[in-house]
Amino acid sequence: MTSVKDAFDSKAWGPAPESAGPAYDWLDRHGRRFGHFIAGELTQAGPDTLITTNPATGVQLAVVTQGTAADIDGAVRAARAAQPGWQSLGGAGRARHLYAIARQVQKQSRLLAVLESLDNGKPIRESRDIDIPLVARHFYHHAGWASLMETELAHMAPLGVVGQIIPWNFPLLMLAWKIAPALAMGNTVVLKPAEYTPLTALLFAEMCAEAGLPPGVVNIVTGDGRTGDALVRHEDVDKIAFTGSTEVGRAIRVATAGCGKKLSLELGGISPFIVFDDADLDSVVDGVVDAIWFNQGQVCCAGSRILVQEPVAEALYAKLRARMETLRVGDPLDKSIDIGAIVAPVQLERIRALVAEGVKDGAAMWQPSWRCPTEGLFYPPTLFAGVAPASTIAQVEIFGPVVVAMTFRTPAEAVELANNTRYGLAASVWTENVNTALDVAPQIKAGTVWVNCTNVFDAASGFGGYRESGFGREGGKEGLWEYVKAVPAKVSGAIAAAPTATSSPAEAGSIDRTYKLYIGRKQARPDSEYSLPIVNAAGVPVALVAQGSRKDIRNAVEAARAAVGWGRATSHLRAQVLYYIGENLSVRRAEFARGIAALTGVTAATARREVDQSVERLFCYAAWADKFDGQVHATPFRNITFAMNEPLGVVGVVAPEVPSLLGFLSVVAPVVAMGNAVVAVPSERWPLAALDLAQIFDTSDVPAGVVNIVTGKRAELAPVLAGHDDVDAMWSFGSAAESAEVERLSAGNLKRTWVSDGEPRDWVRSGAGPEFLRQATQVKNIWVPYGA
Amino acid sequence: MERTAVGMPLDLDWVRAVRINRSAVERRADTLPKRRTVKKEWQLGWLLRAVTLMDLTTLQGDDTADRVRRLCAKALRPIRDDLLEALGFAERPVRVTAVCVYHAFVETAVRALEGSGVRVAAVSTGFPAGLSPLAQRIAEIEASVAAGATEIDIVISRPLVLAGDWTGLYDEVRAFRAAAGEAHLKTILATGELGTLRDVYRASLVCMMAGADFIKTSTGKEPVNATLPVGLVMVRAIRAYRERTGQMVGLKPAGGIRKAKEALDWMAMMKEELGDEYLRPERFRFGASSLLTDIERQLEFHVTGRYSAAHRHALG
Repeated sequence: MTSVKDAFDSKAWGPAPESAGPAYDWLDRHGRRFGHFIAGELTQAGPDTLITTNPATGVQLAVVTQGTAADIDGAVRAARAAQPGWQSLGGAGRARHLYAIARQVQKQSRLLAVLESLDNGKPIRESRDIDIPLVARHFYHHAGWASLMETELAHMAPLGVVGQIIPWNFPLLMLAWKIAPALAMGNTVVLKPAEYTPLTALLFAEMCAEAGLPPGVVNIVTGDGRTGDALVRHEDVDKIAFTGSTEVGRAIRVATAGCGKKLSLELGGISPFIVFDDADLDSVVDGVVDAIWFNQGQVCCAGSRILVQEPVAEALYAKLRARMETLRVGDPLDKSIDIGAIVAPVQLERIRALVAEGVKDGAAMWQPSWRCPTEGLFYPPTLFAGVAPASTIAQVEIFGPVVVAMTFRTPAEAVELANNTRYGLAASVWTENVNTALDVAPQIKAGTVWVNCTNVFDAASGFGGYRESGFGREGGKEGLWEYVKAVPAKVSGAIAAAPTATSSPAEAGSIDRTYKLYIGRKQARPDSEYSLPIVNAAGVPVALVAQGSRKDIRNAVEAARAAVGWGRATSHLRAQVLYYIGENLSVRRAEFARGIAALTGVTAATARREVDQSVERLFCYAAWADKFDGQVHATPFRNITFAMNEPLGVVGVVAPEVPSLLGFLSVVAPVVAMGNAVVAVPSERWPLAALDLAQIFDTSDVPAGVVNIVTGKRAELAPVLAGHDDVDAMWSFGSAAESAEVERLSAGNLKRTWVSDGEPRDWVRSGAGPEFLRQATQVKNIWVPYGA
Repeated sequence: MERTAVGMPLDLDWVRAVRINRSAVERRADTLPKRRTVKKEWQLGWLLRAVTLMDLTTLQGDDTADRVRRLCAKALRPIRDDLLEALGFAERPVRVTAVCVYHAFVETAVRALEGSGVRVAAVSTGFPAGLSPLAQRIAEIEASVAAGATEIDIVISRPLVLAGDWTGLYDEVRAFRAAAGEAHLKTILATGELGTLRDVYRASLVCMMAGADFIKTSTGKEPVNATLPVGLVMVRAIRAYRERTGQMVGLKPAGGIRKAKEALDWMAMMKEELGDEYLRPERFRFGASSLLTDIERQLEFHVTGRYSAAHRHALG
């Protein structure tokens, strides 16, 4: 035993263990065997089991059940049965339950923290000071949203039963991020925890029962990917919310395509950590520790890519190396440990393999001089300096305590390097210059940008990705939209039904019109050089339109990509352009109405009304262009967290077939108003009104490439747009088959989709509104701590 | 105790280039005590070490010679013998490093501590405001040194910092340094009156350049005294100065440190940010009056297993 004298002389830290006793007692009370939590009961362990171990020691903690499709079915049934009652409790009633859960989490906080660290390997400091307090905070915050739902989300209804699949890196925190908003909005859930880390979810389930949560509102089914797959494919699940790898997220996107399930994905990233030469470098070092040596680097938004301005690169590396020497790796239950255990052998192997690859690529690897523990799954903090963007370790998610660093010369180059990735989850920007910070933050393609801080989270702020880091937000008001749907307006039959032929054929004597594609503000001949005949409602051919093909889509997307500067135009300018389009359409009102009537066979009065409504719609989005404000979130520390509604970039829209003008403008105008460039496929049957609009766009100061129109067969064009890797989002208002195809093909770059599932929409009464704006934007949260 | 800091010419470019992010510093200061802790024997070892890093202080208007003698007696026997014995320190003297008093009591303290090795520190230069005439301030240092003080805790002129007159500050501290001769010079920044962490860092740098052996947070008389964020910024200045010059300047937090746990937090910060070699009296001191009592109580708790009371430990 160490004497006080030895301790006095050595000045060493010594061990500071947190007792695992209470957590072991809890496991023992359950015989270290667990079933699922279904309909308010912990079930008996099933025949198929999984073993969960402590990654720091390799010692088995418990046996849990491998959930079967039947288990999932039972859980979904329980959730379905409980949902109407849960919803009808009302916001105030649900708030009481969520509040009770929050209190329960606080009362049991140390047990939860210890169990989390045992199962996952994360340092007790982190589970105790970060994970569990954030869990409680998430339930408190969403208890509030339950109370406020009826007023703040008026006309919104719960989705029903939500399937949720969470990862092993923040087991209980991810559970909270999933369950709290779902329950607040009146949904019931079936949640599958990660196979490596199921224990805190089971303890949480027990706490829900103790807190009096009605049976079936929360159901937990443990198991591996097969269990998750059964949940994803279950027909009676209304939404899947997934956090995990991009690879699995992609598979879920494909699996759920066309089945009408709502989907949100929070996936991987290799988030940039940008250091300007005027940053407080000592604080930057603390930032790097929080960025990549938090949770052993097993953080989806870990700042794993340091981009440092050349003049300070060597100074930063030196400071980092010095700090790495004092980091402590070891027993996660030791209170003085910075880096705990890697969750599983396969993850440790992956880290080792990628580091070896980095070394092979010639990057300079540096690790501290002390010896990393060899018993248990540990990996030392590792720095690769001077890494080229082309090397593997700069491109793939290592998901370990390994950071790569490279230099940049100018702010523009920093942005370019930061965005040189398929991912877009988070970024961190370090500078003492507010101009630099606020210039760079909006330019980075990421859902969260932390200025002079990193890896800070709060329930009041939305978290989620751009690009292949997924879509949907968790936290804040923006996160609630993932768990509600609009109470549908009744669809009037007249809109969906094909109009009857009553009017006369095209006016005799008019000059034959040439309809081309509209790409980059030019009338473009189709690449195929084929045309499609357009037949009016009376069956008379009236025109030929260009038959667009995949190459035309390619060209249109290129033109749109070149026009994304539209998103940086002032909101006032965008409003002016939209007003101007409306004004110019209004001038040609009679002509458009005549055309619509002649083509579609509606009465002259109906056609005039459609044109008037179209003008109104343009005015509506001209009005919105400078009013769809972001928000400043009330996150609980000294900072400004502002949620910006940013354009998506290039949006593909496949317009509804009817009404051909109003439907087209209803989907194009909001997309353009929010600063996106659009590639639009108009009504296949009646595309002439949309093509006539091209002239109006030309005379209304719409910049080249902001609106592109490709006519042709939607069954050919929609899949090309949906599959295009440079299209950021896709709307489709066509058949159920088209929706399914769009969702399936969107998996390539995980573009966000908004599809009609073949449901008709009343474009007059339900063809505009905030949902269109939300679908045309993505929320970026920028955190700016301040202090003189 | 040899002096190693010699200073350097004033480098204004360095001073002007300083950048401090207050939020990030506060975050580190807030989490550091949660990242590091010492328990059991280690905690006892660290607490005893904290005693040896102490400048036991009395700086009250009603100080008297007897009061100072009482403090000196405590400095020589800070921990009850039975506790030291139980902790395995019967054979090893545990003493504070210095007693810190006003000039008027330097001679009293020197006589009371004679031959013990416990040093006498005098606060000086118009403590605490530091606004008396410069010649008088210099004379005060010389008088205290002549009276036997081997450590001089001077206060800097805050107006020079607030005016950005770094040359003025440098020249003044340089003059104090010369006046102190071979005595250790501790420069009190009075950080609670400097307004920003950036100015704390810059004043720290200038004092070190002027030859300070220690930089010290506070007089104990400002509304806000030693806080961890301020200490962290000063520690980083010390580190940067060491990297640039090789000179190891010490830190003395003073004012407001009353609990054993706080002492451990400061020591953890020194070890973590600067290294073990800064957990020595040459480079780290607590300026404290009531801290010792809390440490004694904690030590007794570990020895007896019962929570202790203040009256069981001798007054200083």
